Amino acid sequence: MRKQWARIVFGVVLTAFAIGITSIDTGMNEWGRLGVFLIAYFAAGGDVLLEAISNVFRGKLLDENFLMAIATVGAFVVGEYTEGVAVMVFYQVGELFEHYAVERSRRSITELMDIRPDYANVLRDGEEQKVDPGTVEIGEQILIKPGEKVPLDGKVIQGCSFLDTRALTGESLPREAAPESLVLSGCVNTNGTLIVEVTKTFGESTVSKILDLVENASSKKAHAENFITKFARVYTPAVVGAALLLAVVPPLFLGISQGEVWMEWVYRALTFLVISCPCALVISVPLGFFGGIGGASRQGVLVKGSNYLEALAKTEIVVFDKTGTLTKGTFSVTEVHPEGMTEEALLELAAYAESYSSHPISRSLQKAYGKQLDPAKIRHVEEIPGHGVRAQLSHHFVLAGNDKLMAQEKLFCPAVETMGTVVYMAVDGKYAGYIIISDEIKDDAPKAVEDLRKSGVKNLTMLTGDGEYVANMVAKKLHMDRVYAELLPAEKVERMEELLTQKSPKGKLVFVGDGINDAPVLARADIGVAMGGLGSDAAIEAADIVIMTDEPSKLAAVMRISKKTLNIVRQNIVFAFVVKIATLALGAAGVANLWWAVFADVGVAVLAILNAIRVLRYKGD
Amino acid sequence: MTRIFTLENLGCANCAAKLERSLNKMKEVDSATVTFMTKRLVIEAQEEKMDAVVQEAGRIIKKLEPKVEVKPR
Repeated sequence: MRKQWARIVFGVVLTAFAIGITSIDTGMNEWGRLGVFLIAYFAAGGDVLLEAISNVFRGKLLDENFLMAIATVGAFVVGEYTEGVAVMVFYQVGELFEHYAVERSRRSITELMDIRPDYANVLRDGEEQKVDPGTVEIGEQILIKPGEKVPLDGKVIQGCSFLDTRALTGESLPREAAPESLVLSGCVNTNGTLIVEVTKTFGESTVSKILDLVENASSKKAHAENFITKFARVYTPAVVGAALLLAVVPPLFLGISQGEVWMEWVYRALTFLVISCPCALVISVPLGFFGGIGGASRQGVLVKGSNYLEALAKTEIVVFDKTGTLTKGTFSVTEVHPEGMTEEALLELAAYAESYSSHPISRSLQKAYGKQLDPAKIRHVEEIPGHGVRAQLSHHFVLAGNDKLMAQEKLFCPAVETMGTVVYMAVDGKYAGYIIISDEIKDDAPKAVEDLRKSGVKNLTMLTGDGEYVANMVAKKLHMDRVYAELLPAEKVERMEELLTQKSPKGKLVFVGDGINDAPVLARADIGVAMGGLGSDAAIEAADIVIMTDEPSKLAAVMRISKKTLNIVRQNIVFAFVVKIATLALGAAGVANLWWAVFADVGVAVLAILNAIRVLRYKGD
Repeated sequence: MTRIFTLENLGCANCAAKLERSLNKMKEVDSATVTFMTKRLVIEAQEEKMDAVVQEAGRIIKKLEPKVEVKPR
């Protein structure tokens, strides 16, 4: 790299010197002029010449070194020394810049994915040893100090801390880790020291899976990429062919014996050779997609290939799974309606009455109550299957259950319409109100739906195995276009087939699920998106796009990144085409000189690269 | 099966495309992708032919792009 810089600076200085001395010393003869310019030329482009010569021997005629060498040598032959040197210098500057830009965006992606842990502190024979994470086995204990990366997935045995999951999920809120909680490799331990029992080998750990996924993304190429490489294959030979014709055919008619006519047309042909390099076109497209994939992973969304990023922009139908995707998939107390007592008191009684059950409902009651229960207060609990519980506490006699339980006890209770489960309460023989426990809609689900509509999605459908009533309730709240409830997994696939026939030929259908039980549907959709990739291997493998955070709204963000990427790629293709074709036309007409041509080649490449890099910074909002 | 390599010193996007084309012309190769941005080469071929394929691929790469170094991953 430094050598390249030295070459360019040296070349520029010598070129300036050559231009200066030949304009001051006008008496210099032709050989002297040629000499100074040749020195500058070799200083600036010696490596290109050598490369070109070695390529000729290997039968590679149409590579860019060769084209540049011919064009610049040609410029010398027709007497345009200044232009010959200048084209070479600009070409070198452009190449160097291209190199820089590509390296930088490569680096910014690898930095982003700088989550590979270098070592693990394993506890062996009561001693702490620093080892390669690949050598740690399942069941061994590792020590994670503040500031260190979690090297392997495992279960906390001792210690409490907060983990920074930003590198994995883009989520800035730290996650709590305490004994019994699972920790994922790739997170950074912030404040406390943890002792963790390893549950997965390094190869199977989250960090390895994610790195693998990111590094192998973009091996599935977008149509635009394939198009442009195919085009380049035709473009270069065609322009070089045209250059040959341009150099030979017109002079045959205009003055076969006049040297000046030949010089003029050979010069015009040289502009063609400079413009025939395809790299500007070829580089800007993959760079754009690469930037888009990088930008998405900054948001905690992993896209497995440029083809998926490209397809996402054409989404017409989005199909959501309900539980775990649009809703949190966990039950919690959403409403408390006491009668004759405070909410707090009702919750306390409910938590005590249900304390012996491990049903999700009783757990959510205890969580909502939030205080430690005193077992001494519970005298006797009787569970009545299908109805609820009857509990004798130290001060009260409590009934907690459904409407059937109330009817059995001849207590009146109001009918409640809800998407959740109602727990009716009676205290000391008197109706005392009810508590609603339900699966909550995710906070960002309404935003997800709204944003997707804004991005032009025409049909939002929800599929669920859950009951009709709950499904309709959620669908109505989120303004879904359609909902199919009470589906068995096989029926989900059938519905999917049906929906696939409803889109336009170029439109795409996206399915978003949590990866549990919906692998066949994920696979059947044009683009399968898995939510909450953390910890769910099945989802990471089956999906084309993985949303690492649990937020459905990220789908809309990635869709915007996708559109932005395609826009930029399109701009680049059109821009490069127009400039190249215009310069070719002007070059053939004798208007555009080699200066224009070098701009059309290197200048366009540089501008296209700068344009493509913008995607990397785009946040999708 | 697939094997993944890193191509160091992969100079330009068009060269990457040319390499990909030439590698795909090999009979024993099911598919070969060269990704310029990640410098990655992914070769898919039948397991028993893999070693021969990799050797031949290395030869082709050396011929087309002598500067490129093929590193297994």
